Amino acid sequence: MRQRTALLAGRGAGEAARRLGRGGGTALPGLVAGTLAPGLVEALAGQLGHGAVTVTGTNGKTTTAHLLSTVARAAGLEPLANASGSNLERGLVTAYVDAAGWSGRVPRARQRLGVLEVDEAALPPLWPRIRPRAGVFLNLFRDQLDRYGEVDSVAEGWRRMVARGGPATLVLNVDDPSIAQLAEESPGAVVGFGVEDPAVAIEGSEHASDARFCRCGARLTYDGIYMGHVGRWRCEACGRVRPAPGVAARHVELGRDETCFDLSVGGEAVPMRLPLAGLYSVYNALAAAAAAHALGIPVAAIASALGAAGPAFGRQERFDVDGREVRVLLAKNPAGLNQIVRTLGASPTPPVVLAMLNDGIQDGQDVSWIYDADLERLAGRVGPVVCSGRRAPDLALRLALAGIEPAAVDADCERALDLALAHTERGARLEVVPTYTAMLEVREALARRAGGRPYWEREQR
Amino acid sequence: MSGTPPVRVVTLYDDVMNVYADRGNVIAVSQRAKEYGLALDVSPVSLGDRLPADADLVLIGGGQDREQRRIASELAGRGEQLRAWAEHDVAMLTVCGGFQLFGRWYRDHMGEEIPGIGLFDVTTVAPGAGWPRCIGDVVAKSHVTGLGEVVGFENHAGRTYLGPHAAPFATIEYGWGNNGGDGTEGAVYRQAIGTYLHGSLLPKNPTLLDHLLEAALRHRTGTDIGLERRPAPYAERAHASAAEVARHRAPRFDGIAR
Repeated sequence: MRQRTALLAGRGAGEAARRLGRGGGTALPGLVAGTLAPGLVEALAGQLGHGAVTVTGTNGKTTTAHLLSTVARAAGLEPLANASGSNLERGLVTAYVDAAGWSGRVPRARQRLGVLEVDEAALPPLWPRIRPRAGVFLNLFRDQLDRYGEVDSVAEGWRRMVARGGPATLVLNVDDPSIAQLAEESPGAVVGFGVEDPAVAIEGSEHASDARFCRCGARLTYDGIYMGHVGRWRCEACGRVRPAPGVAARHVELGRDETCFDLSVGGEAVPMRLPLAGLYSVYNALAAAAAAHALGIPVAAIASALGAAGPAFGRQERFDVDGREVRVLLAKNPAGLNQIVRTLGASPTPPVVLAMLNDGIQDGQDVSWIYDADLERLAGRVGPVVCSGRRAPDLALRLALAGIEPAAVDADCERALDLALAHTERGARLEVVPTYTAMLEVREALARRAGGRPYWEREQR
Repeated sequence: MSGTPPVRVVTLYDDVMNVYADRGNVIAVSQRAKEYGLALDVSPVSLGDRLPADADLVLIGGGQDREQRRIASELAGRGEQLRAWAEHDVAMLTVCGGFQLFGRWYRDHMGEEIPGIGLFDVTTVAPGAGWPRCIGDVVAKSHVTGLGEVVGFENHAGRTYLGPHAAPFATIEYGWGNNGGDGTEGAVYRQAIGTYLHGSLLPKNPTLLDHLLEAALRHRTGTDIGLERRPAPYAERAHASAAEVARHRAPRFDGIAR
């Protein structure tokens, strides 16, 4: 009875929030229902016939969960996902509460698979309640130190969780030493994924590198770095070495808007064309493929579903505005921004860029992190750059120090968008690089100008 | 400034003590020196490297607890030389974890004491669970002549207390400062500055940046030639915007311990 009341109240609150037009109501139902009936999530999670997969890590959660949902749907499963990056406890409870009918039963529960992106710090307290059959761990980079605390404490929380049982199967990025070494704590099955192509290693190293030291305390040696501290690592002191990945990308070709590679799963290789740019997208696709493989989905089905996948919300989404193609590339931390720098640097012609820096709670109130990204690599490789967001002056200063004189600085989103579009010729490309809350704002402006609709109307399912 | 010998900059452990973007300080020093036509000779010194024989400007940033521990014992072995440099008015900027290790000691939340090099007469205690980290925007008024207002962002668990021979770098207007209680921010000893401010600090505090460059140049040349101050429009606008944000959302320091 109590759970029923909680469900009613939760759904009512979400409905009300959406009707009032106050955001998507993506966390409120969870807050209401979770407060009224502890134990509700456990009950709802137990109903799903295919259990749940959690996706965590600093970068790529939303895209990976989105890709895994796409693959699962193509394989005949019905994903139950927490949409729109609502990945703290409330957002997850909301996903379950919204899926359950007024009766408290999840309809068609037998076909359903939970695909849940979970905040790095939120996962350890949550996993015993959801009992995921597989846990995907993408990477661990510095991110919003003002909110999460230090990277070490997140890794320590994961290690303790895995040692206590954690997700039944671990899906691990073997190229990130702090992730790969989680396997040492695990009594269960492990599926490793990684890139097997020295040709896409970067020259030199990036500044934002967060796991340079082995668990034994010695400095790690790299035979090639793909990004940050992610690459072909080994420890000369204790002999730990990057394990060979069971799911790998070989012969990677990075294009402006897509990526081609051979997806190899347990010895079987399929050539594929991923409609997303950047090596980071390859990692997200590999993570989704490895999770799907752990679920028993055949590699050919995985590759064809990934090849037909669209972008996730605000991540490489494209809009047509007055005959100009506008792409949104969300940047949340130095590692993510470095990936975008690399992607933009590979453009056939220097693109016009609208860069937006906000300093809300979800962006990180500390804007220092822009100094950890290697923006110097963009100098001479971009066209006019317009700076916007609440901290536009900080961004303009950072770019100027990197040798990129901003074309204009305007904190106002609409005006900055006008300025950036004015610099973009018809038929040309404008790349918008916003932090999280700036992305919400600019995306809404773009969707309106392109004739799209607000996200919760498109993403709810 | 052509004809002036290159200013020797030593960056300490910048591949280890690097989580809070203090690298921005090195970037700012390099760019500003270019604007003044000053040649720089930057030597990164990390674990296992030797300190050069002399330096004009030393920079060290903040790191995570584990990383701070990793460098502490090696840094202790360099304490004598670094203290001697400070006595000879080498310019220094030590930030957050670097500032703590340039103090006398750091006691972690388990009560374990990590010795510092004692360049500043300060001690730091990391309080146990239940105490909030000192996180947020900062506006402070510097006691160093001519510096005026400094802005930045602090993020530290440790509470630092000034000893009898220490002078504060600044007085907090908005934010926590050394310990959230006495309104002091950082410490100054001769031309060495310790502070909790990230942001990065030097890019958006051009007056402090010029002050450090001048001190380094003075050490290098042995004469007080001074720099003909150049405007720094991007830096000044970023400074103003950071100060406005801090005044809007950081707690005003009211002299009550938090």
